[in-house]
Amino acid sequence: MTRLCIQGGVLADQTETAQDLYCAEGKIVGIGAAPADFTVEQEVDAKGCLVMPGAIDLAVCLTPIGEFRPTALSESRAAVAGGVTTVCSLVETQPIPDSPAAVRLLMEQVADAGLVHLKSLGAAMQDLGDTQLSSLGALREVGCVGISNGLRPYANLLVLRRVMEYASSQDLTVFYHPMDHALAGEGCAHEGATAAHLGLPGVPSAAETAALAQMMALVQDTGARVHFCRLSCAAAVDILEIGLDTGLPVSADVAIHQLFLTEEAVEGFEANAHVLPPLRTEADQHRLREAVRKGVIRAICSDHRPLDPDAKAAPFPATRPGIAGVETLVPLSLKLVSDGVLSLETAIARLTAGPAEILGRPVPTLEPGATADLCVVRQNESWTFEASNMHSAGHNTPFDGWTLQDRVVATIRDGRLVYA
Amino acid sequence: MSDQTVLFPNASAARCQLDEQGRLRHFLSIEGLPVALLEEILEMARSFQSASGRSTQKIPLLRGKTIVNLFFEASTRTRTTFELAAKRLSADVLNLDMATAATTKGESLLDTLRNLQAMHCDMFVVRHHESGAAHFIVQHVEDHVSVINAGDGRHAHPTQAMLDMFTLRQHFPDFSQIAVTIVGDILHSRVARSEIQALRAFGIGEIRVVAPRTLLPQEVQSLGVVSYASIEEGLAGAHAAILLRLQKERMHGSFVPNESEYYRLYGLTRARVELLAKDGIVMHPGPVNRGVEAESAVVDGPRSVILQQVRNGIAVRMAILSMAMRGRIW
Repeated sequence: MTRLCIQGGVLADQTETAQDLYCAEGKIVGIGAAPADFTVEQEVDAKGCLVMPGAIDLAVCLTPIGEFRPTALSESRAAVAGGVTTVCSLVETQPIPDSPAAVRLLMEQVADAGLVHLKSLGAAMQDLGDTQLSSLGALREVGCVGISNGLRPYANLLVLRRVMEYASSQDLTVFYHPMDHALAGEGCAHEGATAAHLGLPGVPSAAETAALAQMMALVQDTGARVHFCRLSCAAAVDILEIGLDTGLPVSADVAIHQLFLTEEAVEGFEANAHVLPPLRTEADQHRLREAVRKGVIRAICSDHRPLDPDAKAAPFPATRPGIAGVETLVPLSLKLVSDGVLSLETAIARLTAGPAEILGRPVPTLEPGATADLCVVRQNESWTFEASNMHSAGHNTPFDGWTLQDRVVATIRDGRLVYA
Repeated sequence: MSDQTVLFPNASAARCQLDEQGRLRHFLSIEGLPVALLEEILEMARSFQSASGRSTQKIPLLRGKTIVNLFFEASTRTRTTFELAAKRLSADVLNLDMATAATTKGESLLDTLRNLQAMHCDMFVVRHHESGAAHFIVQHVEDHVSVINAGDGRHAHPTQAMLDMFTLRQHFPDFSQIAVTIVGDILHSRVARSEIQALRAFGIGEIRVVAPRTLLPQEVQSLGVVSYASIEEGLAGAHAAILLRLQKERMHGSFVPNESEYYRLYGLTRARVELLAKDGIVMHPGPVNRGVEAESAVVDGPRSVILQQVRNGIAVRMAILSMAMRGRIW
């Protein structure tokens, strides 16, 4: 395995002074000075750059249902180009990960691509249906870290309660997207001023809070470990805080686009801003940012859903929701630092330690002995993000043309340079 | 408000409805259009109406042009008046009932458009069940094609709004002093949205909406209206009541209990008409559910201008069709 030296970067958990970082056998083996007998075989110039642990993205759809272009390879490339070294796959993939064979297939595809680590979620219900449990024990044995039904509904609270009980007996975390499907209906935008203006069917915030509050009651009842995916509104943060204060075994994440865009991004029927849950108000965004800062929300993820161009080429309500976001996750999260929303330490924690804990993994560090999953970011140099330059097969992004200050210039996984 | 004022300057519609010279190119929604241009539409409609006093009279303005009525949703009145308007301007008209045609066989909207474009049509008059359909189509047609929105989902029905402004103007030359009340299913109504934008653009003194909360959008006040749950309060002293059609399917989604309760609470009865200003009028985009939105005697009564609206629809649509083609023919 290559012996790698990352030269002259500022290490994220250290002081401001630049230090070299040495990797061998997939691990970090030295900081500042090379260990004895270390011969540098490959160098990564990190002068003037930040060196941080590779990001762990809790929500990446590698091969989405119904799309033809995105593959495990194309989306792995996108991930490492965005400084992401570990992806947790969404269950809305084809084949649906409701059997060990399907999960193994995705694992093999990602391993063949050889770029990122994969943590798999299993489909809670067979075929992502609403009543028939998948073989959760078998999914765990094949390596699933949790289960989810994605944005698909469970038949009723009884089924959901059984899912939670069964999952907890298999030591699986339930990844739950809080959305009451009757309240959300055919909605495709936040039920607010923009939806009123454009005549779009709305998704009320109550679709999220009602589902979240019910789920919180079931967590109290069952003691099952639950992770809430993609919170979108202020009132949901309030409910989450109550749950955390009560000591319930819950956690939550937010998609990065919710921290930058509001319902107004949909104006002009902008299909690239069509996401579920929908982009909400400024007040919601403010509360979500605050929750990320305080650690109430422990992870920022991309909710990466690459789509074929046809999926967005229709009148707004008929377009498929989703943003191909894995390449903008790290740059935008660091923009929260330059915008004064988060400290650098907090931003990195929400991209690394937070998601690692949610997945039950060791917290990534830059200490000798740690796995050499790293990301090198050039800071304070304006660049323009362009959809046409994306590595993902899906170019569906509302951030096309945004000026950013932080750019991923190299990504190292298991001590190997996988992007530069 | 100056002549060049655009009511919603940031609306994307503002960018694509006008050409570089500020002339009408597509007609998608009221917002984004300068008041002067809206006034010009009314002015031109007036000239067509006196010219077409004899209804058979044809004007050779659009001779040699092909207009396609592209209706993805059933419509009789709107399609017919567009057809009549186009024929009076001597255009060739193609009526395509897309509700039963190619798109239901799985062809995408985009493919349908490309095929029609290949046949060298000059204008699409589009009705579609999805909000934003007309905007989407504009983004994908070639430069030589004009698009007229004949109703998209819940979003907009701007020609209806213009013919209602035309009708309203016939009765009230000074808009600044009048109050207009829209009654009914605001939530699902593209007519309501365009109507409100037009009323605001023309500087109507006061715009009210009346409906139970189930039929009002959240944050309806952001549209620039005052909402009332009571029809009596909403109508008091108003100069025009614009009634909206209550679709039968609303009774199934728990929006309203049943037609008779709706009529009892929100139907325009003869007694309620008396709450309007002395010279107040009753409007309805049609088709009317008699005994639901209004009492028959009100529909046929002296205050009703419903048939006048239909008549005006032809002249107003003639004006819009010819103005949208002007950059290409004059």
